[in-house]
Amino acid sequence: MSDVAIVGIGMHRFGRTEGVSGRAQAVHAAREALHDAGVRFPDMRFGFGGSHSAGDADTLVSELGLTGLPFINVANGCATGGSALIAADAAIRSGQHNIGIVIGFDKHSRGAFNTDPAEHGIGEWYGETGLMVTTQFFGLKIQRYLHDHGIAPDVLAAIAEKAFRNGARNPMAWRRKELSAAEIAAAPMISHPLTQYMYCSPGEGAVALVLCRADRARAYTDRPVYLRGAAFRSRRYGSFEVFSPWIASERADSPTVEASAAAFAAAGIGPDEVDVAQVQDTESGAELMHMAETGLCAHGEQEKLIAEGATEIEGRFPVNTDGGCLANGEPIGASGLRQVYESVLQLRGDAGAHQVPGNPRVGFTHVYGAPGISACTVLTR
Amino acid sequence: MTNTSIRLVDDSLFTDTPQGVALLGSRCMDCSAYTFPRQGGCPRCTGSAMEDVPLSRTGTLWSWTVQGFRPKAPYSGSERYEPYGVGYVELPGQLIVEARLTETDPERLAIGMPMVLELVPFCDDPDGVPAYTFAFVAGDSDV
Repeated sequence: MSDVAIVGIGMHRFGRTEGVSGRAQAVHAAREALHDAGVRFPDMRFGFGGSHSAGDADTLVSELGLTGLPFINVANGCATGGSALIAADAAIRSGQHNIGIVIGFDKHSRGAFNTDPAEHGIGEWYGETGLMVTTQFFGLKIQRYLHDHGIAPDVLAAIAEKAFRNGARNPMAWRRKELSAAEIAAAPMISHPLTQYMYCSPGEGAVALVLCRADRARAYTDRPVYLRGAAFRSRRYGSFEVFSPWIASERADSPTVEASAAAFAAAGIGPDEVDVAQVQDTESGAELMHMAETGLCAHGEQEKLIAEGATEIEGRFPVNTDGGCLANGEPIGASGLRQVYESVLQLRGDAGAHQVPGNPRVGFTHVYGAPGISACTVLTR
Repeated sequence: MTNTSIRLVDDSLFTDTPQGVALLGSRCMDCSAYTFPRQGGCPRCTGSAMEDVPLSRTGTLWSWTVQGFRPKAPYSGSERYEPYGVGYVELPGQLIVEARLTETDPERLAIGMPMVLELVPFCDDPDGVPAYTFAFVAGDSDV
């Protein structure tokens, strides 16, 4: 068993890049990551990667180099990047390979995602009658969560306000204009209680990471970041997830609860030791729920933490320091890896205007995707 | 599955009962878990002994929202978009089912309110024969 280190990171700016394909953005990110680690593509012993709408990741080798490496396509909805990373972690940890690359990228058309019910094993009626809409699910889920935990809906605008404030400090973010909580609350209602600016938008972008055995990391960089724990779970009977024509009357924890607990256990680090966290914020309510489901705080405690500024970059519990999905948009394949990219910047001390003060030592990431999968990592410098 | 003369979005979702049309689900003969729609395997105990059962026509609102824009395809509802309520309705002792709600005013929707199943038209039909789907209306009884 080898520990795993991240020795190279690369990114293509998120947002909209007219005239540049998703694949070209992926190649850009891959070259940046290779350059960052001081290696070349022929040094890679494996690749894992994926996109939802921009092509098969394995075909990127026609541009990066036809070296014969084993390259596996990953497709796990919004958790594609997190899943690719977990596969890479296992490949190195098991001793199968010493060094490899993970690439996530995407390019989506404007507007909400549309999905074929058949791909999810659901009858056509579910889409035809207007129930298969992700934005709607998020409204339904947060409505129940606010009710169960006695949280006032005002917190949803405060979360989005922070996201845009952080995005404005991040040169790689898509949305770089601050918006006030009042403007966010007054925006058109998409699915009650969530307004337009409380949702992220499908976008474009790419991220690549070079990973290697931890004991060889210093051959590539003097600032390695260690992947101490990485875990992935799917939903259990009784959890409430997207695209559910029905749910069980008995409640079970979301897959995030188990994935997060497993990642912390593998790392031997507790949630109270996290210095900077990136959690899936497809919409404001998701950040609220995921803060607690990951174990970073208690259910119901979020309102107070947010009100007192704890989740700000300068707070004692910084969350989504790069602006999260709300400010960066969501290129499905790249989204989970953006969180890891941001964590590496933070742990290296390279995050510039959005750097968390005090030399953060422990980072945490959480990505969540349809139809109920969650991938978490614990990172240290 | 039903005797109704109206066109339903998917006949396999419905069944007739003495109280009127009901949703048709499955019940696991081993662990008593319910599903909707019908399915052959039990997601709770992983068994495969499922029987068809009509689901309760009444329940309580478990969560709700209002759809604020006309969804993209595969939505095939009326071209003239009107907001529609969407909810999860808890059918006691069975499961929580997702459905359209006839109420669209957020001020008049609340978790815990009683609900009754009914059929509603949801799309334009070039032949003048609209298709119906299931929805829940606020109310206490079947009458």
